[in-house]
This record gives sequence, C-alpha cells and structure tokens, in this order.
Amino acid sequence: MRYSGFRVLQQALTGHKGWQPAWRDPAPKPRYDIVIIGGGGHGLATAYYLARQFGQANIAVLEKGWIGGGNVGRNTTIIRSNYMLDGNEPFYEFSLKLWEGLEQDFNYNAMVSQRGILNLIHSDAQRDAFTRRGNAMILNGADAELLTAEQVRREYPFLNFDNARFPIKGGLAQRRGGTVRHDAVAWGYARGADSRGVDIIQNCEVTGFRIENGTCLGVETSRGFIGAGKVGVAVAGNSSRMMAKAGMRLPIESHVLQAFVTEGLKPVLPGVITFGAGHFYCSQSDKGGLVFGGDLDGYNSYAQRGNLPVVEDVAEGGMALFPGLGRVRLLRMWGGIMDMSMDGSPIIDRTHIDGLYFNGGWCYGGFKATPASGWCFAHLLATDTPHPTATAYRFDRFKRGRMIDEKGMGAQPNLH
Amino acid sequence: MIINHPLLGPCDAQEFTYLGDASLIDRPDGMADGADAAFHDYLYLRDNPAGLHRELWFHEQGDRSWLVVTRDTVTHDITSVELARDVARAKGRSA
Repeated sequence: MRYSGFRVLQQALTGHKGWQPAWRDPAPKPRYDIVIIGGGGHGLATAYYLARQFGQANIAVLEKGWIGGGNVGRNTTIIRSNYMLDGNEPFYEFSLKLWEGLEQDFNYNAMVSQRGILNLIHSDAQRDAFTRRGNAMILNGADAELLTAEQVRREYPFLNFDNARFPIKGGLAQRRGGTVRHDAVAWGYARGADSRGVDIIQNCEVTGFRIENGTCLGVETSRGFIGAGKVGVAVAGNSSRMMAKAGMRLPIESHVLQAFVTEGLKPVLPGVITFGAGHFYCSQSDKGGLVFGGDLDGYNSYAQRGNLPVVEDVAEGGMALFPGLGRVRLLRMWGGIMDMSMDGSPIIDRTHIDGLYFNGGWCYGGFKATPASGWCFAHLLATDTPHPTATAYRFDRFKRGRMIDEKGMGAQPNLH
Repeated sequence: MIINHPLLGPCDAQEFTYLGDASLIDRPDGMADGADAAFHDYLYLRDNPAGLHRELWFHEQGDRSWLVVTRDTVTHDITSVELARDVARAKGRSA
C-alpha cells in the first residue's frame, strides 16, 4: 500500500479500516542468496538497497528480538556530515544526501528535519580547527558556514555567551544537518524492503555460523539452520560476540553511551547545538522534549544503562552552555551499546572467510550513517567491491597504518 | 561503581581512569620474530566479552597504582580486585 495524503483522507472517511501491516511475518526459508544478521537501521537499510538498487531478490534479515529495538531506537537522532578526514567525509556527505531524499525514496514519513547543526567555538585555537574542518567539508561537497559570536547570538540568544571560562566565540554551522525520527527510519526501511520481497524474520537469534573449508555456508539460528550464499553481519554493539562465533577477534570494544530527554516544552531550541568545551549535544524533539547526551561511561559494557558520574558530567556540560536547562525536569534516560573501534571509524569489509561480510565499529556515530552504511554494505555484498565512498573502511587498515582517527586519540576506544 | 582497592579499601570508580583489557600486561617482545603481527594483535584486537572481563584501572586520584579489576560487563558487578604489579610479577614480568 502506497502512503499519501490522499490515502490518509480516504482512510479517515472509511473509519481507518483499510490499513494493513507495514511488513509481513514470514517463516524462514531453508536458504537465501543473502542473509543479513541484525534488524536494526543498518541491517534493514542494507536489505532495502540490495533489493531496490542492486537487483537482489532472495534476501532475509534475521533479528533476535524485534526490529529497531537496538541503537536505531536509542540514539539522539542527529544527522550531519561535518567530518574532516578523506576516508570519512565523502561517505558521510553521501549519507546526508541520501537522508535528503529518503522519505520520497521509501515512501514513509521519517520526519527528516534539516534544522541545522551548530558546533560552538570557545577559543581562537578552536576557531582555527573548525575553519579547517569547514574547508574540508566544502571541498568534499558539503555545506559549512563559520559564524561570529554575534551571528550565533541572533539565533541562540539564551546560551551562556559570557561564561568566564568558556565564552562563546562563534560557531561552525552545517545548515543541512538536523534530526530524524529514528524509529521511523527502521520502520521505513523495513516496509520498503518487505514490499520488495525481503523476508524480515524477528525472534530469530543467530547462534553460530556453518563454516566449511573457509567458506560460510549459512547460519545456525534459534529457528534452525538457514543456508546462505552470502552472510552480512550488522549487529553494532554485539559485533565482537557475533564474530567470535566465526573465530574472529575484532578491533572493537563495546561501551555504554547514555542519552536523556526532558519533559516536553514549547519550541525553544531551533536547531542542534554542541558544546565545544565539554561534550554535550542537544536538540528539541517534535514532541517538545530536549534530547541530549555526552560522553561514554568509559569502560567496557554490554549493559544498556550507565552510571551516575556521567549523568552529572553531562548535566554540568548542559548547564555551562544553556543555563535555562536547570529549570527543566528530566523525563527519561537510557543507554545503548556502542561498537567502539580502535580509531573511531567504522569497518565495511569482507572477512577472511568466503561469503562472510562485516559492517560495524560505528562508535557513537552510527545513526547519521544509516543510509550510506546500508547502501555501501549492499554494494559490497552484491558486487564484492567496496563502494567508492567506503574504500577506507577496511579491516587491515590497522595493520597497514592507515587509521582514520578523526579525533587523533590513538588506539584507545573509550576516548573516541 | 565501587572498586575495592586491595590497599585502600572501597573507592569510587570516579577516582580511576580506565585503560582496557588486562591482556595489555602481556606486551610482546619487540625483538622476536613476527613482532609486527604480535604487536598488531596486542594493540588493536580485543576479546570484548559479555560477562566477566579482567581489565586495567589506574587510581589516578588516589595512590596512582594500577589495578586488575574483574568485572561483569553485563551487570557491572565487580568480583575481584588485584594489584596489577602482583599480577605482572606472577607472570615474571615485573621486578
């Protein structure tokens, strides 16, 4: 069923009795050409683009719980392409361009809102660094705009401009950045993939790989063996656990990242803002809640919850930047498990096992990457060659000394 | 989290900084054959288990000792704390 304004009107006049489930609930077939493990944003996007863009017909997505129940429903919904390094920026700009046409493409309202993102500047050195970043973005076809403190003040008059320690000296704006309704991204890709014949199989946990003579023949699951020509893994925080079943150790640690939302307010925050002196980023959801987050807790974790010291740190960052926040009550807080790679950049690559492909290491930047990650992983699965914007995301970059270390932190995942 | 320091007793985890898997104690011999590959695995690859994890914590705002903490990564429950020096000595790695 195609969604449109006319369809809503028609259904309103007929008692909303004609709506159908957005995707089927099929039983697994004994064999597929391509099996994607992980029914999150990246896995569903991969299946969608495999079917729509690369002409593949016999595809399944296996999900141990329900689709969209992991990080795609746990992030702070920000999209942007304000990266600097050559290995990253073309990929993230490709992703932002896909976001711009996404809703028309998959015929689903994902509430893509290009309300702009503003990275604040608090020192002369930071202005130099952000100027360089902005120039790198423009060279790669993205948009960037350096704002003075006065220009920032006109748009965000309520920020703490004259903080004695961290005064606001300006900002780097990307007007095409913004926010997206994150659950709708999973649902839209699921519906689009399902309508093109992809089997989305929920409550189907992968318990192992069947590997013979260096070739992956399929996966063992809680619903029996499923044969596969190719298997693609997109399981985010569980990447190390999944690939351990194939005997692989990854350059990844799993860490918990917390996020927060306040009670609903009238419109107060027009775009996405980030504090340049601490780690704090905030936007206002369409329901009115202020959605914000900060640093990782900093230790390995598979618990989808964090500890109080980081809550305090995030709140302090928020108060330093945005003192009015102190009058607002916190409604909810939660945690998600980030697959933190050793250089802070992702991996979309083949493995040493024929027929087994990996997509992971997204750190806490996975949501904005969802469309391009799906497209590039589909490209790799369908053609066995990397997409031109994802050639740097290889497993062997650590061995070859070609790290993509956007923050310059070295092999210390909790600092990226 | 509270880390029960073997010398100082219970301390808030905020006093510590985190390094990572305690296998980082087992630094390979840089002069041995195959040191390139050994250092790649040592520096970049991790077991990253869900469950008990032995890991290095540094008491930065305390006595500046390194500890090996055994902690469950699913529940954050800490089951044992040792001085990293003792662990390294037992492996013959420290004077």
